[in-house]
Amino acid sequence: MPHGGAEMRDRHGRPIGPGARVRVGEDQGTVGRLEPEYGTLTVVVEGRTGKSEKMVRASAVEVIEEAHPPHAHPAAHEHELSFIQRYIFSQDHKIIGIQYLLTSLLMAAVGGILAMLIRMQLGWPGTKWGLAAALFPGGFAGGQMKPDFYLAVVTMHGTIMIFFVLTTILSGGFGNFLIPLQIGARDMAFPWLNMMSYWLLVPAVAVLLASFFVSGGAAGGGWTAYPPLSAIPAAAPGSGLGQTLWLIALAILIVALLFGSLNYITTILQLRTRGMSMMRLPLTIWGLFVTAILMLLSFPVLFAAAIMLLFDRLGGTSFFVPSGVWVGGRVLEHAGGNPLLWQHLFWFLGHPEVYVLILPAMGMVSDIMSAHGRKPIFGYHFMVGSIVAIGLLSFLVWGHHMYTSGMHPLVAMGFMTTTLAIAVPSAVKTFNWLATLWRARIHFTAAMLFAIGFVSLFVTGGLTGVFLAQPPVDIYMQDTFFVVAHFHFVMASASLFGVFAGIYHWFPKMFGRMMHEGLGKIHFWLSFVGIYATFFPMHFLGFAGAPRRYYAVGPFEFLRDLQPLNVFISLAAFGLGAAQLLFAANFVYSLFRGKRAERNPWRATTLEWEAPSPPPHGNWGETLPVVHRWAYDYSVPGAAEDYLPQTAAAPVPAGASGGGGSAA
Amino acid sequence: MANGPKGSNARTTGFLLGGLILGMVVLGGVALTLYARGRWWLPPLASAHGEAIDRLFYATLLVTGVVFIGVHVLLALFVMRYAAAGEGRALYWPDHRRLELTYTIIPAVALAIMVALSGVVWARVRLTAPPADALDVDVRAEQFAWLVRYPGPDGRFGRTDPRRIDHRTNPMGLEPSDPAAADDIVSRDLHAVVGRPVRVRLRSTGVIHSLFIPAFRVKQDAVPGVTLETWFTPTREGEYEIACAELCGLGHYAMRSRVIVQSQQAFDAWLGEQKPSLGAGQ
Repeated sequence: MPHGGAEMRDRHGRPIGPGARVRVGEDQGTVGRLEPEYGTLTVVVEGRTGKSEKMVRASAVEVIEEAHPPHAHPAAHEHELSFIQRYIFSQDHKIIGIQYLLTSLLMAAVGGILAMLIRMQLGWPGTKWGLAAALFPGGFAGGQMKPDFYLAVVTMHGTIMIFFVLTTILSGGFGNFLIPLQIGARDMAFPWLNMMSYWLLVPAVAVLLASFFVSGGAAGGGWTAYPPLSAIPAAAPGSGLGQTLWLIALAILIVALLFGSLNYITTILQLRTRGMSMMRLPLTIWGLFVTAILMLLSFPVLFAAAIMLLFDRLGGTSFFVPSGVWVGGRVLEHAGGNPLLWQHLFWFLGHPEVYVLILPAMGMVSDIMSAHGRKPIFGYHFMVGSIVAIGLLSFLVWGHHMYTSGMHPLVAMGFMTTTLAIAVPSAVKTFNWLATLWRARIHFTAAMLFAIGFVSLFVTGGLTGVFLAQPPVDIYMQDTFFVVAHFHFVMASASLFGVFAGIYHWFPKMFGRMMHEGLGKIHFWLSFVGIYATFFPMHFLGFAGAPRRYYAVGPFEFLRDLQPLNVFISLAAFGLGAAQLLFAANFVYSLFRGKRAERNPWRATTLEWEAPSPPPHGNWGETLPVVHRWAYDYSVPGAAEDYLPQTAAAPVPAGASGGGGSAA
Repeated sequence: MANGPKGSNARTTGFLLGGLILGMVVLGGVALTLYARGRWWLPPLASAHGEAIDRLFYATLLVTGVVFIGVHVLLALFVMRYAAAGEGRALYWPDHRRLELTYTIIPAVALAIMVALSGVVWARVRLTAPPADALDVDVRAEQFAWLVRYPGPDGRFGRTDPRRIDHRTNPMGLEPSDPAAADDIVSRDLHAVVGRPVRVRLRSTGVIHSLFIPAFRVKQDAVPGVTLETWFTPTREGEYEIACAELCGLGHYAMRSRVIVQSQQAFDAWLGEQKPSLGAGQ
C-alpha cells in the first residue's frame, strides 16, 4: 500500500525518520532504511548476539525517540574502521573480492611463467638456457632443464591455473564482488567467514609456492596426483616433501573455498532485495550459484582424498597403495589399498571442477553480451535450465576420465551416455548466444570482444569433447596432446576469456576508473590469435599419438616428425604470454590513471550499476534498491532509452515485455 | 561506448573480427587439418579392431567439423552484420520456445545416435572375449621398462613374487619353487604372430603405467595390485612402438618397447631360441 510521498508514520501517527529509536513488539532498535512504496522499514535490533536487521510494517512500530542529527548513515561506519580493518582484514565483500582477484592474477603470472618453461623445453629439448638457468638454478643442470624440474613445472602449472587462478578468480573474485551488488544486498550473509575464506587462501598459496624450494622440488605427479606415484616418496623426486606440501596447500584451499561457497549460496537464497525473484537474477548470479553448490558438494570429496593420501604418505596407512608394490629395488610394507579409489575420488571433484571454471564465465559472458549488444539475452529460461542441467549432470560423468583404467566396459558405456548428454545443454547455450547476437547492436568494447571470443573457444573445445566422450575413440586419444588441446580450449582459454571480459566490464565498478579500451582491444586480438595458434595445432600432436607429460621426444620414432609443430606451438605460446603483459600494464595504468568511471558507463540494467563507482561500504546508501523487472530489458520498444534498469518501475507498453520479464 | 561510438568504427571492428573468425578459425582450421592429414596424423593402422575405431573417429571428425564450421560462420556473419551503426535499436526478442526446443532436440537426437554407434563399436572391441587360439602374454610394467612373459612349453604362467625381483637374474620376479615358472620365457619386446589374436595380461610392479601401442589403437593402464586384460589382432608384419601413456616418474618419456609382428614360422623360430628366464642369467 503506497503511502503519500516519503512520509511514514508509526502506529500512533508520529513521523518515522531514519535513525529514530523505535519499539517493535518486545524489541527496541534503530530505524534503518525506509521503503515508503511498500509501507515498510527495516529496524536494526540490538540483541544479545549482536545486531540484526528486521523488516517490519510501519504500523507495527512505535517511535520512542526522534532521530538525533546527524543520523546514522551506513557510510558513517567507515570512519570507525582502521586501515587494516578496511583493506587488509576486511569483511567487506568488495574488498575481499578484489583481494581474491589480485591474488589470482599474481598466481596467473606464476602459472604463465611455468607455461613458458614447458614450451621452452618442448620446443627445443636439450637446449642450454642461460637466463632461465640463472633464474631457476635448481631446475637446470649445465644450462639444460632437468626432467624432475620439468615434471614439477607441468604439475604446478596445472595446479596453479586450475585451483589458484580460475577457481579463485571466478568464485572468489567475481563471486564476492558481484553477488551482493547484483542481488541488491549490503554484503555477504557471513562477512567474517568471508574474510576467513580469503585469509586461508594466503597460507595455501604460501605453502604451495614454498614447495618449489624443498628437497626434491615441487610435486611432479601431475595435477591429478595419481598414487602410488604420489604416495611413495621413493617413486620420484617430486614425490617427496613437495607432494606433501601440495596436498596440504590443496586441503587449506578447499576449506577456504567451502567457506566461500556456503556464503554465496546463503547470500543468494536469503539476501535478495525486494522484487529480486530467482527468475529475475542475472545469469552471472545463476552461474555463480550453481557453481557454489557444485563446490560445496564436490570439494569435500577431494579434501577427504587429500587427507587419506597424506595418511598414506606419513601415517603408514594403505588407502591407495596395494600389497607387493616394488619401487626403487625393494618391496614396500603397504598392503590392501587400491590406486583406483583415488581416481574415483579425484574425478568426482575433478569433473564438477571443470564446470566450476566454466559456469560463472558462461553467466558473465551472457550478461556482457546482452549489455554490449543492447539486446535481451535470448532464452533466459533455457539459459537457467541449461546451467542447472549442466550442474546436475556434472556429477555423473567423472568416469570418462577413466576409460583406460580397467573399468568394466558397460560402466564406460554409462559414462559415455551421461557425458554426451551434457553436450545438449552446452549446445543450447551456444545457440542462445548466437540468437542473442542476431539483430543486436554490437558495441565492440574489449569486454564484448572477449565475450564473443569465449563463444568461439567454447565451441571449439566443446566439440573435441565429443571425441573424448566415446570410449573407443578415447582409448586412442586418452593422455595424448589431444586432451591437452581439448581442455585448454573449453576450460582454460574459454574460462580465461570470460575472466578478461569480466575484468574489462566490471573494472569501472571495482575501482571507479575505466580500463584503457584501445589497449584492451589489442590485448584481445593478440590473445585470440595466440590461443588458436598455440592450442589448435596440439590436436594434431594428439592425432599422431603424442603423449602428454613427456619431458622430451625420447627414443620414440613416431614422435620425431612432430618437432616442427612443437616449435611453432612454442613460438605462439611466447607471443600469447607476451600479450598478457599488455593486460598487466593496462590494469596497473588504469588503476591509477584510468578515466574516472561514471555510475553506469555501459548503460547496463543490472543492480550493481545503480550503486556509485566504486560502491561505498554497505553499497546502497540508506535504502536498498527495489527490483521491478528482469535483467535484460534492452531495446524495449517504446521505452525512452534503449535500456531499462532492473529498478525502473515505469510500466512497459502492453505486449512488449517478454516471457523472461515475468517474475516466477 | 556509452554514447554510441562512431558507427564506421564499430563496422570496421566487426569486419575485422568476422574476418578473423572466417579466415583464421574456419579456413585456417580446415586447411591445417587437410595439411596435417599427410603429415601429423594417426599412424597407419595395424590391428583388426582399429578399423571400427578409425571409422568412428572419422565420423566424429565429420560431424563435429560441420558444426564447428557452421557455428563459426554464423558467429562471423552476425558480428559483421550487426555492429552498432546508424540509427535504430536492436530487436527485442527475449525468447522463442519452438526454436529453442528445436535446437535442444536436434543435438539430443544426434548425440543419441552417436551413443548407439559408439556403443556398438565399444561392445565389439571390449565386450567380446578373445578367441581360444589367442596368444597369451603377460606384460609387466615397471619404472621405466616393459617386460613380456611367455608361458613356455607347459602353457602355464608360473607364480611371481616381487621379493624375487633381481634385475640381472630374475627381472620378472618368478617364483623358483613353482614348477610352472621354470620354463617361462621373458623378453623386452612383445613378439606376436600376424593375424593371430594376442591376449595381454597387464600388471605393474610399482606405480601406474599405461600400455600404449599407437598403431594398434590400444591403450590400457597397468595398475599395481590388479591384473587387467586387453586383446588385439595384429594385421601387418613389422615393428611397432610401445609407449607409456600414464605419468610414471622421471623416465616416463623414455619408457619404450616394441611389438614385433611376425609370420608364424619366424615367431616359432624366435621362441625356440629363447631360454627360460630362470637360470638364464646365472
